[in-house]
Amino acid sequence: MKEEKKYYTSLGHETSNVERSNEFHEKLPLEAMYENADTLSASSTSRRDFLKFLGFGTLAATLASCEAPVVKSIPYLNKPESITPGNPLYYASSYFSENVFASLLVKTREGRPILLSSNKTPEHGGGVNARCQASVLSLYDSNRLKGPLKNKSDYSWDKLDLEIMSLLNTNSKKIVLLTPTIISPSTLNLLNEFKTKYKKFQIVNYDTVSKDSMLSANEYTFGKRFLPTYSFDKAEIIVSFGADFLSDWIDPAHAPQYTKNRNPEKGTMSRHYQFESLLSVTGANADKRVPIKNSQQINYVLNLYAELLRIANGKSINVPKVKHKALIKDIANQLWNSKNASLVVSGSDNTNLQIIINLINKLLGNYENTISTSVLSNVYSSKNSDITSLIEDIKNNQVGALMFLNTNPVYTLPNSKEFVKLLENVETKISFSESLDETAVYCDYVCPISNYLESWGDLNPYTGLYTIQQPTISPLFNSRQFQDTILAWLGENKNYYNYLKVFFESKFSKTWNQFVHDGFFISKQKKSYMSFIDKSYDDIISNLSKSVTKSGIELELYIKGSLGYGVHANNPWLQELPDVISKVTWDNYLTISPEYANEIGLKNWHVSNGALDGHLVDLEVNNTKLTCPVYIQPGQENGVLGLAIGYGRTEVGKSGKNIGVNAYQFYNNFDKQQNQNIKITKVDGTHEFACTQNSHTMMGRNIVKETNFSEYLKNPKSGNKQFLLHSHKGHVKPEDLTLWQEHERDVHFWNLSIDLNSCTGCGACVIACHAENNVPVVGKEEVRKNRDMHWLRIDRYYSSDMTKERAREEGIGAVKMYKQMEVPSSAENLEVVFQPVMCQHCNHAPCETVCPVAATTHSREGLNHMTYNRCIGTRYCMNNCPYKVRRFNWFNYSDNDQFDYHMNDDLGKMVLNPDVTVRSRGVMEKCTMCIQNIQQTKLDAKKERRKIKDGEIKCACEKACDTGAITFGDVLDKDSRISAEKKSPRAYYLIEELNTQPSVFYKTKVRNKKV
Amino acid sequence: MKHEADIREPLIIGNKSLHDISEDIAKPIETSANKWWWALFIASVTAMLWGFGCIFYTIGTGIGVWGLNNTIGWAWDITNFVWWVGIGHAGTLISAVLLLFRQKWRLSINRSSEAMTIFAVVQAGLFPLIHMGRLWVGFWVFPLPNQYGPLWVNFNSPLLWDVFAISTYFSVSLVFWYMGLIPDFALIRDRAIKPISKKIYTILSFGWSGRAKHWQRHEVMSLVLAGLATPLVLSVHSIVSMDFATSVIPGWHTTIFPPYFVAGAIFSGFAMVQTLLLVMRKVVNMESYITIQHIEMMNIIIMVTGSIVGIAYITELFIAWYSGVEYEQYAFLNRATGPYWWAYWAMMTCNVISPQLMWFKKLRRNIIFTFILSIFVNIGMWFERFVIIVTSLHRDFLPSSWSMFSPTFVDIGIFIGTIGFFMVLFLLYSRTFPVIAQAELKTILKSSGDNYKKK
Repeated sequence: MKEEKKYYTSLGHETSNVERSNEFHEKLPLEAMYENADTLSASSTSRRDFLKFLGFGTLAATLASCEAPVVKSIPYLNKPESITPGNPLYYASSYFSENVFASLLVKTREGRPILLSSNKTPEHGGGVNARCQASVLSLYDSNRLKGPLKNKSDYSWDKLDLEIMSLLNTNSKKIVLLTPTIISPSTLNLLNEFKTKYKKFQIVNYDTVSKDSMLSANEYTFGKRFLPTYSFDKAEIIVSFGADFLSDWIDPAHAPQYTKNRNPEKGTMSRHYQFESLLSVTGANADKRVPIKNSQQINYVLNLYAELLRIANGKSINVPKVKHKALIKDIANQLWNSKNASLVVSGSDNTNLQIIINLINKLLGNYENTISTSVLSNVYSSKNSDITSLIEDIKNNQVGALMFLNTNPVYTLPNSKEFVKLLENVETKISFSESLDETAVYCDYVCPISNYLESWGDLNPYTGLYTIQQPTISPLFNSRQFQDTILAWLGENKNYYNYLKVFFESKFSKTWNQFVHDGFFISKQKKSYMSFIDKSYDDIISNLSKSVTKSGIELELYIKGSLGYGVHANNPWLQELPDVISKVTWDNYLTISPEYANEIGLKNWHVSNGALDGHLVDLEVNNTKLTCPVYIQPGQENGVLGLAIGYGRTEVGKSGKNIGVNAYQFYNNFDKQQNQNIKITKVDGTHEFACTQNSHTMMGRNIVKETNFSEYLKNPKSGNKQFLLHSHKGHVKPEDLTLWQEHERDVHFWNLSIDLNSCTGCGACVIACHAENNVPVVGKEEVRKNRDMHWLRIDRYYSSDMTKERAREEGIGAVKMYKQMEVPSSAENLEVVFQPVMCQHCNHAPCETVCPVAATTHSREGLNHMTYNRCIGTRYCMNNCPYKVRRFNWFNYSDNDQFDYHMNDDLGKMVLNPDVTVRSRGVMEKCTMCIQNIQQTKLDAKKERRKIKDGEIKCACEKACDTGAITFGDVLDKDSRISAEKKSPRAYYLIEELNTQPSVFYKTKVRNKKV
Repeated sequence: MKHEADIREPLIIGNKSLHDISEDIAKPIETSANKWWWALFIASVTAMLWGFGCIFYTIGTGIGVWGLNNTIGWAWDITNFVWWVGIGHAGTLISAVLLLFRQKWRLSINRSSEAMTIFAVVQAGLFPLIHMGRLWVGFWVFPLPNQYGPLWVNFNSPLLWDVFAISTYFSVSLVFWYMGLIPDFALIRDRAIKPISKKIYTILSFGWSGRAKHWQRHEVMSLVLAGLATPLVLSVHSIVSMDFATSVIPGWHTTIFPPYFVAGAIFSGFAMVQTLLLVMRKVVNMESYITIQHIEMMNIIIMVTGSIVGIAYITELFIAWYSGVEYEQYAFLNRATGPYWWAYWAMMTCNVISPQLMWFKKLRRNIIFTFILSIFVNIGMWFERFVIIVTSLHRDFLPSSWSMFSPTFVDIGIFIGTIGFFMVLFLLYSRTFPVIAQAELKTILKSSGDNYKKK
């Protein structure tokens, strides 16, 4: 480095005789600073060299400390007014998909929607079901279309618009938009404008699963095609014939309504009878469930009607015989005694049957009491004949352009192969969809629509209720919401946002900003009621009686709460959500009753690691054949088969492709109940199931405590006997015998209560927990190995015909007794209970004492903490947990190609909650009671110098629970809801014998059986 | 000199002089190995390498490559751990407890059984390490002073007690073993011709000169270490058993576990000594020193400890019934009649029924029978730990979480790997170490030697 220095005074002029001592104005006080100042100047390294080395060294050190690969993050240049990194923002919005409406509160962090919860509107308590909860992940689906396509290759919007507009102008044939029911008033208005411009335009409504029978029945009895709204909370007696109203029957609001009137503390409770062939969620919650064949439903309904007629006016009509004659009589009497406050519903697709249901409700005076014809539901409208006539039109070459909006007929039509062939008759096929689905594949143009979380909109689900849909993130891809496309094709130079705003303001003269802020708006209109047409219905009755034919095997298609119609098939959260009843994930299967399976030699069995395997069968309905696995379902009526729709998607992303079989192939005549020409034959091979629960009964243990309402009225503690230990002090409560010191309880003492009477088992909480806590998806293979990662699981137990009492009476030995206890009751006697189980946050926690490194510890606030950073993964805590709620990271679940779900792609990872650590492999994890929310609220309260209000902190599961089964709070706050719950005579701890003193407690299940 | 009654059987048979003993014991070290040794060695190395491969695969990928699940957090890993620790019990018992009880018959077998102990504890120690989800932070189990604030280990956890118990046991056993080896290494050193081996044995023998002072210190030290090691024999497996006994899981939460585990450990340890020595005495021609008499003595211990274990099993069943706790009752019914009935009955047959055959003198003096029985006991004791761990965990309190366990190839590979590793160590030992404590053995030649007794 050392070289002869050259000094310059000006360019081109070199001087070598500049006084070096003149470099500084005065002599530097080097001597004062250093002892060896004189040797310093003799050093060969000059000051400049030193600075060069320093600079280089610093740079090198900095570069060396840089991590590779570089992760790009883009900071805000100017801070947006409302966004403070780290603080969530909430927006009101709404969801409408698969005919399910929900009013939402969207939680966003740094501009990303990450969690959905219910924005309770005053009129309708319908919350957010599992599919809606999970839809936030569908926003970040990497399978979404990135831009418009023409003949499957990338295209531009401008060119596409021009081409389609010229097509629309020149076309002489029909232009049809095939869409599910649209409940957006502004969209309907816009489409009307479109129709005015393009005269050949026509809308055909196609709801994938139709409610045509009910609409038509109402048309017949009221003279208008409509769906009423139901009030299950006002009904004292509920009789349902195959209507799964707690899961998927018109409106998710029914579940909260239903549980509202099943709170024993209030002193009254509705009684619910369910006649059904498959074991549904609703049937599982019923007070009395009667398994019947679908073909028998008509007879039962007719019998009930006849019985009611007899009671009402002594009239008797001829009806076929049924097995449960006495029960029907009894129910009829009860219904009659609860006139004006009862409800009879049916899930049948038979219009005549629905007419009888209307007649029954009319006879019972339920209209305008439990059934409203003034507030109507707009969520279903499609008419089956419209679709068949559209197909006729296509056949006759009358359709020039066919647009598919949010609909996928190639997947959902029973005769889809034929439909695909017919599509050749249509010149232009346009798909509006978020991804390249089965139908979009056959389309000439694909116009990717924005996700609902990226779009504007208004929804009118019921008479008088309007809700907003507002974007919470700008479109991730080059997509355009449907309405904007229509506006473009109308040749209008404005966007839909302005259109919507003008439309709203002109229609309601309300402030737009208030509407956007609240998320909903109620328009008070004069109530208009429908009047029942008084005419003779005798021919309907006689037609119905005649229509009952002896049938062999029957097939019923059902809808799973997890996958619905199959729209969200690519959502790994939903695929991994266990079925409410069977607890099977990642699959659909043919359910079959144990007796029938035995009869034809079909089996389910457990392999050596406990996983379930089953036989395969060929299911044939009207010459359509499909190979599907068999799942033996207790409680199912003998001779009935069940198959869930929504599976077997072929054109869908990595998570949903070829999962299960496509049951729509059997959805002939839009009837879920197929009774004719059904054959099953066993074929070679076995199928591997992935279940989260493989033992199905409580084995005579006091896990879910249950009582009957009549007993409860006599003694509120009934069914909830205090467990006492025999000790030298006599009989004592477990908590009175303890080796441990009590924890100090002086700040907060968080408790969580779970009301088993309100829990319907739906599973929305499980999805909410996934979203809030970054719970990974592990896939079918891992679930099969019993390694699901759910922090919150819902245990489902069947009753067993063998009890300890019976064994004692009959002198049955213990070995035989336990063997028989494993067998669920026969279909007729089967009762089902659900129990959500998460970390119980024991105050004397078995897990805490055994961890060698104290990675799991107790908080002063009654919570069991898990310190991921400290965990070394011995799994001792997991073994010693009596509730088995701890989850171990067997592998790395994020950024791992073996687990190619949302945590393995950059887009999917956007859904992760930044407040919660993504766990690495080798550590234990479990429910934290959403400690991030607790801490956030505590800090907020501290800043505002106030106490935390009761109900201010909500766990994700509590937020997700429509029926209010979960309550979280501080028991040190004497006025809190949780304090009241804890004092309830129904409150109990799970496995109290162990004296783990959990912070989670349960409230007994109360059924209202007739004694 | 101690006098031994004439009616007692001689402990050294054949016409052996003191020099003969030196010759016999130095022979395996000074000659080269035969093809059987090589065949066994290659097989063992292969198994060991396979096991190491499985271990690296586990560490590289995650514990998920084993067959464990949400319900069963331990299975073969801890089964193998307890099994190997149990095997590691006989050595110290023989050399320490029998020393204190002045049982001279220990002298021909203590060296090898102690070697076995150490090698078994090495295998055992592997499992708590590799069963950790994050091995790389495994050192946190030590109470190391640190800068992280109040971070400290949890002294309530039996796993922490394990860390101390196993490491103490291992170090004391190693020192005790080495103490005994010093005079014997000196013998090899003195006889060595090759310079390298001479050098090595010189270092190993710590400058032993055979002076009276050396002998005196050696004797005292042996006695002190025996006194230290004796409580360890009882403590190690008691503490291992507390991993289970202090938990809440039915089938684990049992106060009988400490004595039951210790008896089981001695039982399995002696069985493994039998398995190894019956082969070794033949291969390296030690029939004169490890006689039928020795084998019979060990068989009697197996019979006694086997009976204790049997009583423990029956007591467990009785207490489960007597407790009136339904979870406990179910756990034991499930062991015998549930999906893992075969493991339970394998355990019962091997551990309770088969040792009772040792009441017959003919059988317990039969070498072939003893060998087969020792294998039975080894299998039975492995199943005992499997039954305790897996069948208790797989069906505990909430039936919703009940599950089953099935090992993967990695589980099996690691187990076989540790057997290979153990055999590799033992085979190397048998060719490089004096397999019998010759210096001590020589002390009884004149009292218990066949030829001297006849005189």
